[in-house]
Amino acid sequence: MSDVKTNLPDTDTLISLRALRVSYGQREILHGIGFDVKRGETIVILGGSGSGKSTLLRTLVGLEKPSSGQVWIHGKDIAAISKTEMDEIRKKIGMSFQGGALFGSMTVGENVALPLKEHTKLEASTIDIIVRLKLDQVGLSGFQHYLPSQLSGGMKKRAAVARALAMDPEILFFDEPSAGLDPIVAAGIDQLILDLKKAFQMTVVVVTHELASAFLIADRMVLIDKGHVVVVGTTEELKASTHSRVRQFLDRMPEAEILEELDYLQMLTEDNYPHGREAARNKGA
Amino acid sequence: MTVKTRRCRPLADNSIIPCMKSAAHIVERTLQIGEPLRDGLAYLGSLASLAGRAAYFVFVGPFRGKPLRLHRAVSQAMAVGIRALPILSLITFFIGLILALQSAYELRKFGALNYVASAVAASMTRELGPLITAILVIGRSGSAFAAEIGTMKVTEEIDALKTMAISPIQFLVAPKFLAMILMLPCLTIWANSMGILGGAVFGVAQADFTWGRYLRASVSSLFVRDIVSGLIKSVVFGMTITAVGCLEGLSTGAGAEQIGRSTTQAVVISIFLVILVDLVFTALFFFMGIR
Repeated sequence: MSDVKTNLPDTDTLISLRALRVSYGQREILHGIGFDVKRGETIVILGGSGSGKSTLLRTLVGLEKPSSGQVWIHGKDIAAISKTEMDEIRKKIGMSFQGGALFGSMTVGENVALPLKEHTKLEASTIDIIVRLKLDQVGLSGFQHYLPSQLSGGMKKRAAVARALAMDPEILFFDEPSAGLDPIVAAGIDQLILDLKKAFQMTVVVVTHELASAFLIADRMVLIDKGHVVVVGTTEELKASTHSRVRQFLDRMPEAEILEELDYLQMLTEDNYPHGREAARNKGA
Repeated sequence: MTVKTRRCRPLADNSIIPCMKSAAHIVERTLQIGEPLRDGLAYLGSLASLAGRAAYFVFVGPFRGKPLRLHRAVSQAMAVGIRALPILSLITFFIGLILALQSAYELRKFGALNYVASAVAASMTRELGPLITAILVIGRSGSAFAAEIGTMKVTEEIDALKTMAISPIQFLVAPKFLAMILMLPCLTIWANSMGILGGAVFGVAQADFTWGRYLRASVSSLFVRDIVSGLIKSVVFGMTITAVGCLEGLSTGAGAEQIGRSTTQAVVISIFLVILVDLVFTALFFFMGIR
């Protein structure tokens, strides 16, 4: 813990970002992100499509390397540590991917058991009990022997959460938990996140653009726009905010019409031309 | 004056500028050669790096507390090896038969039809056995590796492995690597035998051989080095096919159409590299006197 620097405000802070910049090739996606996540809180990263929120999440779990800046997790700057140290941190975090990312060739039970088999020396029978427990926590008891292809979208997400929980992580990351789910199933996932938080005092980081779900689960929110942090605050603070971009996002207003000829020309030629950015992002991803 | 300048200017246009243009063109073209060459070498570098890391997890990792997933290697060996046997048998049997027919076409002119056995045996074990096996395995397994890993890349399963602190190379590539370097020589031996059997069918039917005499003629014409050089090649082919298939899979971009692209690339590049490796090793054996 000696490398916990003065950059860290207090020991209650589990994740701390400082001037984080991330690029795909030549194109910079995040232009200096900075905020803190406290132990035990649920933080929701809000942002429109192409705002860089998914890139931010990928950077937090070490899938993208920052081009500059610091990402402190568990008192270590993951931008500067070795692969072995990163793997140690990864054993303390769980990630639930947008599409579940369950291994199609394995049953749900084997999926949940995989990290345990890889990183622990537990007996097969013990692992089996843990798998049942984790599946029960996400409401999937009895589905141990199903293949992921036999599950519905919501069940896949639950199974992915069970796998992310397998190693009893301190931080749980969610990428778009309610994407592609009907409102009832999505509400179920929200409830699951709330239950997990209540039961394990887990630190949860959620990336989403679903406002209803965000306001339900969040303690604090971060609004990201075009690779910048627009605002960080509690749900009440965000609701009360008068910042134009925040209001636009929360009130679901479309982009303002660009009337100035020069602005329009600039939009077409500059790199903030939306399709150009989108295409480049997709290419980069 | 006007006439003169008119004469001068077209002259200048026609002689000097095109000359400069072509010089620039040559420079440009040379630079264009440089780029694919550099890309090609970079690709070979990443292949070698991937193969090296897979080899580490197969041969060194198990002694350093990174156990190899043997059951995965066994299931890969089943897919790569055992399930390829029927089609491999059929193809190499026909190849043996074709070789016998082709060599008999020439040998008959000299009344040397009884050399058919040694001709088939030598060309199967030294060249065609390993090569046909490798090309069949590229079509069956190299493409499957690229498609499997490519799909996992698109569905974020590779990312999921990484976030669980599991190395995709250790988990996915190493078992395939082990299965390939074990199964390809085995398949090659099988292919050699089936080729000789195909030749024997012609020998018995058309060249007054008996089964026993054909087999004896084949065996006596072969040297251990013929078989071993073929098997060495097949091990290197196995490494090449695994590295290309897995690298193409791992470098799949976003979207389903990218999986198709990766699979095609894996097959085309594997076939090219296998033939290149074949050439290099054949030349090496030739100049080292191993033949």
